[in-house]
Amino acid sequence: MDRELTDLLYLITIVSFIVALRFLSSPRRARLGNWIGAGGMLLAIVVTLAQDAVDSYWWIAVGVAIGAVVGAVSARRVKMTAMPQMVALFNGVGGGAAALIALAEFHELAPLPGRIGGDETIGLLLSALIGSISFTGSLVAFAKLQELVSGRPIVYGGQQLVNGLLLAAAVGVAVAIVAGAQSEWLLVAILVAAAVFGVLFVLPIGGADMPVVISLLNAFTGLAAAATGFVLHNNVLIVSGALVGASGTLLTTLMGRAMNRSIANVLFGAFGSVTVDPGAGAAAAAAAGNGGTVRSASADDVAIMLAYAKRVVVVPGYGLAVAQAQHDVRALADLLEERGVDVRYAIHPVAGRMPGHMNVLLAEANVPYPQLFEMEQINPEFPRTDVALVIGANDVTNPAARSTPSSPIYGMPILDVDRATNVVVLKRSMSPGFAGIDNELYTDPRTVMLFGDAKESVLRLVGSIKAL
Amino acid sequence: MRDAGAGCAGVTTTSLVIELTILVLAIFLGVEVISKVPTMLHTPLMSGTNAIHGIVIVGAILVAGSADDALTKVLGFVAVVLATANVVGGFVVTDRMLEMFKQRGPRGSRAD
Repeated sequence: MDRELTDLLYLITIVSFIVALRFLSSPRRARLGNWIGAGGMLLAIVVTLAQDAVDSYWWIAVGVAIGAVVGAVSARRVKMTAMPQMVALFNGVGGGAAALIALAEFHELAPLPGRIGGDETIGLLLSALIGSISFTGSLVAFAKLQELVSGRPIVYGGQQLVNGLLLAAAVGVAVAIVAGAQSEWLLVAILVAAAVFGVLFVLPIGGADMPVVISLLNAFTGLAAAATGFVLHNNVLIVSGALVGASGTLLTTLMGRAMNRSIANVLFGAFGSVTVDPGAGAAAAAAAGNGGTVRSASADDVAIMLAYAKRVVVVPGYGLAVAQAQHDVRALADLLEERGVDVRYAIHPVAGRMPGHMNVLLAEANVPYPQLFEMEQINPEFPRTDVALVIGANDVTNPAARSTPSSPIYGMPILDVDRATNVVVLKRSMSPGFAGIDNELYTDPRTVMLFGDAKESVLRLVGSIKAL
Repeated sequence: MRDAGAGCAGVTTTSLVIELTILVLAIFLGVEVISKVPTMLHTPLMSGTNAIHGIVIVGAILVAGSADDALTKVLGFVAVVLATANVVGGFVVTDRMLEMFKQRGPRGSRAD
């Protein structure tokens, strides 16, 4: 296939990706858009297979078969609650592929003097470096979210110095290669240094900050793909990589804003590490002066409170997702609506483990999306709300973010549940949230706690309301 | 595809500038398009863009298909496996999510 026809067909792929992203602006056409994007991807694969340079197909066929089965099966099986891990994993393998391509290209081209141009070398080094960081960084993010390693920040002395030196070493070797030292072992050294950097870079970041990390690593893999495009002189890689890079960067910024923290603070702040100041939360609760007593209620008490309310706002958090309680929550909401209660859902921008995660979980439970309200829309409604039902959400409801300047989450926009007439918190125990900060909401006089697994508690509430 | 070394130095520079132009324009386009995606769909957006960067499969196929020695072949093969998993997994998982965001009738009429 000649070069011009190839590029024209790749252009169709580019357009299909842009259309796919355009169609994501409304839930109505989003699914169609995804299929258009997949079609464009298939076209790009077919066009690539038809290139003259590609003359052996067996390896590719076997590789595609294995990859397709692994990808499709895991994508079909994964629970919606585990979506962040899944995205991290797919992101990692994409980055890994980019890094391997760079190594293979270098191996092919480097021994022949004059065959590898300056700009290709730079593209190649960037895709090796970024791809490798993205690969191991995503795997660590996956392990943290899957709770294979502790979600808490893992910190040690001189951590940032070690990370800085590693990155500087990798970049230094890259500069040496550009300057003319074209040895494969140098590239392997870059890959290894970048891989270690990826691990060390994500380890100190707390589980609560994973939405930010995942979208940042997503941007990284996009940039690695774009860099590969500069090596292969391939526009479809450049444009797709740029689109993904832009998307990841934008989402990272949005997440940072939703937590009122700079990206630098998220990445290097080791947020929520217990070693920083274990007394801060307790001190904050004492400073708020609400005595520190926690009121626990029975399911029957809460059921009556809910059934005779005019408006109930459900505040779902990751605890709901973990307990797989989204379907039971919808059943509870339906029951309340039948009794004439106005039920709404308040979604904090960082509820769940990735941007928009809670929306997906509630959509899975068939909650109509007009009932979902974003933070800015729902906050003015809390003073007119009879019961705020907090299910497995913690830090996003902590009033310390408004009132206690010494709190690590001070300044973070929160859902103002404490302004509702009554607050019911469904919680497993009094343990602090993912960020490791005590929540003074629990000792507020208008708050009652319903202890237990979120799913069981919701089922008990459903039973009690039916019995009324 | 690999035209490195095929032209004189001047041609290479020009193609680099064109490629940089495309990159910069695509970044601006990306920001425009992505900023119109509602918060509600940010998770599908992430997994969708995730699938899109699986386009590195193009590079993986070129490497695996034109490999001259065993090492390149193995590297290319592994890259094809990883990139395919990225592409297929990304699109399937995005479809699964978007399927749930279908328009529903008035309250109370449920599909399940």
